[in-house]
Amino acid sequence: MSQQPLADVSAQFQTNPPRDLPSRRNTELLLLGFAAVIVTLALVIVEANQEQELTLSILWLGLSYLGILTGAHLAVRRWAPYADPVILPCVALLNGIGLVMIHRLDLAYEDRATEAGDTYSSAVANQVLFTVVSLVLFVIVLVVVNDHRTLTRYGYTAGLVGIIALILPALLPASISEANGAKVWIRLPGFSIQPGEFAKILLIIFFASFLVSKRDLFMVAGKKIVGIELPRARDLGPLLIAAIVCMGVFAFEKELGAALLLFGIVLVMIYVATERAIWVVVGLTFFAVGCVIAYNLFSHVRVRVENWIDPFADIDNKGYQMVQSLFGLGTGGIGGTGLGAGRPDIVPEANTDFITAGIGEELGFIGLAAVLMLYLLVAMRGMRNALAVRDTFGKLLGCGLAFTIVMQIFVVVGGVTKLIPETGITAPFLSKGGSSLLANYILIALLLRISDAARRPAARPKPQQQQAPLAEAHTVMVQRPPAAGDGRTQ
Amino acid sequence: MNTPMRKVGIAMLVMVVLLLANATYIQVVKADDYRTNPRNQRVLYDEYARERGQIVSPNGTVLAKVEKSNDKYKFTRTYADGPMYAPVTGYYSINYGSGGLERAEDEVLNGSDPRLFVRRLSDMVTGRDPRGGNVRLTIDPAVQKAAYDGMAKHGYTGSVVALEPKTGRILAMVSTPSYDPNKLATHSGKDQIAAWNSFVKDDKNPMLNRAIQEYYPPGSTFKLVVAAAALEAGKKPTDKIDTSPNTTLPGTNDVKLENYAGGVCPGSTFKDALAYSCNVPFAQLSGELGKDRLNKTAANYGIGQNNLTVPMKVVGSTLGPLDSQAALYQSGIGQRDVRLTPLQDAMMAATIGNGGMAMTPQLVQSVLAPDLSTIEDYTPKELTGTPVMSSENNAILKDMMLASEDNTKGGGKNPKIQIASKTGTAEHGVNPKQTPPHAWYTAFAPANDPQIAVAVIVESGGNRGLAATGGSVAAEIGRAAINAKLGGG
Repeated sequence: MSQQPLADVSAQFQTNPPRDLPSRRNTELLLLGFAAVIVTLALVIVEANQEQELTLSILWLGLSYLGILTGAHLAVRRWAPYADPVILPCVALLNGIGLVMIHRLDLAYEDRATEAGDTYSSAVANQVLFTVVSLVLFVIVLVVVNDHRTLTRYGYTAGLVGIIALILPALLPASISEANGAKVWIRLPGFSIQPGEFAKILLIIFFASFLVSKRDLFMVAGKKIVGIELPRARDLGPLLIAAIVCMGVFAFEKELGAALLLFGIVLVMIYVATERAIWVVVGLTFFAVGCVIAYNLFSHVRVRVENWIDPFADIDNKGYQMVQSLFGLGTGGIGGTGLGAGRPDIVPEANTDFITAGIGEELGFIGLAAVLMLYLLVAMRGMRNALAVRDTFGKLLGCGLAFTIVMQIFVVVGGVTKLIPETGITAPFLSKGGSSLLANYILIALLLRISDAARRPAARPKPQQQQAPLAEAHTVMVQRPPAAGDGRTQ
Repeated sequence: MNTPMRKVGIAMLVMVVLLLANATYIQVVKADDYRTNPRNQRVLYDEYARERGQIVSPNGTVLAKVEKSNDKYKFTRTYADGPMYAPVTGYYSINYGSGGLERAEDEVLNGSDPRLFVRRLSDMVTGRDPRGGNVRLTIDPAVQKAAYDGMAKHGYTGSVVALEPKTGRILAMVSTPSYDPNKLATHSGKDQIAAWNSFVKDDKNPMLNRAIQEYYPPGSTFKLVVAAAALEAGKKPTDKIDTSPNTTLPGTNDVKLENYAGGVCPGSTFKDALAYSCNVPFAQLSGELGKDRLNKTAANYGIGQNNLTVPMKVVGSTLGPLDSQAALYQSGIGQRDVRLTPLQDAMMAATIGNGGMAMTPQLVQSVLAPDLSTIEDYTPKELTGTPVMSSENNAILKDMMLASEDNTKGGGKNPKIQIASKTGTAEHGVNPKQTPPHAWYTAFAPANDPQIAVAVIVESGGNRGLAATGGSVAAEIGRAAINAKLGGG
């Protein structure tokens, strides 16, 4: 009903496409189908190369994947009809590749276990279960957060809960909170979670709402020192406290990767909110100082750095994982060994932190590049929608979330390929592990919500309709803001 | 707010481009380095899926081959008479890599040797799975079996090496106790680990190839070196010798060097001294000859070569520093710091059997393509090119060894075969007089046309304890090996 008049108006200005683009849900469905075909092919190739029979378990795996895709698509169709059509298929494809890799590594681990006379319980079944739970959570977020702006009301709550979630594992006894040397878990009978993964998103929400509400203060108030206008301490206080607590907790929990990730996100969000590059300079200076201090203070930091400089120096112990990762990537070369034909299981933690090393080995540089492109696509679409959305909170939140994806990838793939010291975080959607998957699906739900807001035709079109006849005389002026805001220049 | 967001967008692009550039460096530029790094197990895993070549004896006995297996490794390595041939073949294991000949000839066996390149190419064209080349050995299974059985039936620890004197071909290489390489080649990781651990933890060290990886004091067999040096220096077999039961080591107050069992030397000539293995005259001779002459003679026997391969690496034998007259005395009877591998000991007999010219020992006779056509034959090579002694002196030394054999006890004598030999009874350990000695026997036969040279060492007296001698323990095994070659009983 509301679309009719707008369409009439825009029809007269063919140089400027109308705002009420088609919802593009069918495009999304088509792309999802494409993702499903790729994942199915990948699965069949794995089975062929591992000389396994096509068993019922594959059918089960494939069907549950299709079921998950269908469910997600229907939910988006119902609750975020104007959402970006590319993001979900990319995520689904990444998730599917992750499931195939985890299954492929299961086969290798099973072989090893049988050879050694042990038993190995498959990880992929759990991961499928986590995917289902993630999608349920994804839908819940889409339904509950029907407008992202409502989140501003819970900014401080999100910040508080986020910090508690961060600190909790550090305070709990090691028997509950420690695994593999990192004290970031809450391990309960039956299941365990890494609250830090969720804290990340809560803190982004907090930073976004806080920075938006204090944005003016950041830009004007405060003393001027060496040409930099610093905000008053009491305005900056909560932010500093939150940032320092996060870093401290992560450093204490030996989660360097997560600390690096959060630091990058905070820096970018402050920069975007204040529009001052000087914050980046200040932040990077702090970072450099922090690095030096951490290097001298913590032995585990030194180990990581030494491994980065020369993993071959201690090839059998500390450098083993890094060297095996490089061997895998090198053996894969440009085209890869083929799915199921390589030896990704040699790299320790191959199905979590080092899953991208396995992809690089079996799918080669081409496969790894394709995966990186998928992430970039998701992040760029997210950023584009953040540019297009009208409210500053939405912009900042969308920007933060989009950057989070690239930052995670940078830290994890950079670590695996020896671009930066290896710090051990999971690859979103690929790696085994429920917490990471759940948290990243929430992130995607929020991105889709923002994109829905960006692309949805104006919610209250009536007043605009009244103005339409007037606007006809000054068409160029009326149409300019959306054209500038929708990022077509990219 | 849009301007900084666009810049963040560009930053994101840059980050991904950095990742791609680095991945290009790792996976394209450095890929070959990483792929071919010896520590990269992936290459090894690839090999397991390839049909590895066989190891065969000259008469066609297959010592190592592959059998099809129904797992992802596709082939299982199997060894015929595993423990008997383990020092020859080595092992090939998924968990533990390879050892012995399996490692030394790995490139041929796994098919990556450049000499197999053309065949690999044709395999690629015909779409056939690449196969490894085969290795034909010089081993004579009859000699190997006789030597191994001789050692194994008494449960002796030690080694037997047999050579063809004229060519240096290794006819037998035995080390006991041995191990079964089949147990390391199995695809059951559990069994593999259990076998490896039991071999490694075994005090008797079954995986040590004593023939080439261990050296021992040679005892009186070293007199072949001193005798050759003395003959070259003008000593005649009829020259008189000091027959006293002991002599004082020069530079010491009252440290005695005794004949065996402290007895008087039964003969009075240089020839008798070797035949009865009298220590006193040889210690004195060694002292007279001095360091340089001994070293020169020893070097032409091959002693002191540290980079010999057969193609497995052979531990270098040594005379020690010979830094005093006392050291020369003790070294003259194969004690002190003189250390020879059993292979080197056999090379001494083989050299005398070959008219004084040492031949380079070789275990591989030829490399064969997967279709068994010959790719390369090894031709016999002289080891140093300089004979140890003149042919006249060599004939004299051979005569002296024939006399030694006449005086040597022990079983297995065959009247139809004329053997020239020397025994040794080498003291060792912290408390040499209370430790059962190593029993040596080194020989070649037939004396007029040597076909086989052999060295036997039985560690720590075998089953005779302190009373063991080279003649009573080791000679029988050496003679059995000779009989196996020459068709005697």
